[in-house]
Amino acid sequence: MTLPSIMFYALAVFAVLSALLVVTRRNPVMSALYLIVNFFCLAGLYLTLHAQFIAVIQILVYAGAIMVLFVFVIMLLNLGDERRLSEGISWKKIVAVGLCFALLLEIVYILLFAEASPGAMDIAKATEIGTVEYIGSQLFTKFLFPFEVTSVILTAAIVGAIVLAKRRLD
Amino acid sequence: MTVIQPYLILSAVLFIIGTAGVVARRNAIIVFMSIELMLNSVNLTLVAFSAQLGDVTGQMLVFFVMTVAAAEAAIGLAIIIALFRRKQTLNLDEINILKW
Repeated sequence: MTLPSIMFYALAVFAVLSALLVVTRRNPVMSALYLIVNFFCLAGLYLTLHAQFIAVIQILVYAGAIMVLFVFVIMLLNLGDERRLSEGISWKKIVAVGLCFALLLEIVYILLFAEASPGAMDIAKATEIGTVEYIGSQLFTKFLFPFEVTSVILTAAIVGAIVLAKRRLD
Repeated sequence: MTVIQPYLILSAVLFIIGTAGVVARRNAIIVFMSIELMLNSVNLTLVAFSAQLGDVTGQMLVFFVMTVAAAEAAIGLAIIIALFRRKQTLNLDEINILKW
């Protein structure tokens, strides 16, 4: 086994474990902390795919900004009494999780038995397109219009968040 | 067996864990975090294909998915705060005023 594949399997195990802990913890604060672990594992997986820029953005935007927002809201709502949330096990949930598992089996079956895609990964090319220089130059030339549209989306999100969360609009 | 096949299977596993969280949990914030898990697993697929094919478009799409996820998190958490202020609960079974 080579070093990259050892890295991959270690990170994959941690990612799956932390994802399972996110959806099974009763306390939302614990879920949020395990979600941060999951984001760091994914950043490491991006690095094994030679996508440096995406890995850094993953930590800055997801683990940094979005999770701070989540933890802030959990603290703000002060969810002390968890027992009011009836999280018992019902037949509906068992059926729902069973259906999810069936979907997983289907996807894995397709992935394992699909026609093989072309050849090995070109590591030099993959390393080149993952750098900040290359992504920046593409972002401001070929993808300029989508980039400008995202600024409109973010402005709408800021206005919408304030309007929704404000107590009264005077 | 291609190089990125393990990445695709891992991505499928993470996506299904997120889906199970959405359908099985009743706490609005945990459902929301499960949606983030699903978005991240899709990002992993995009980056894997981008590296395999030597095409930067996949990584661009990940960049835009992250932007939309940030906007979605801000709006969603604002909705959760507004709901909590009105109903004093985050249980999705009790938030049913749009139900016939």
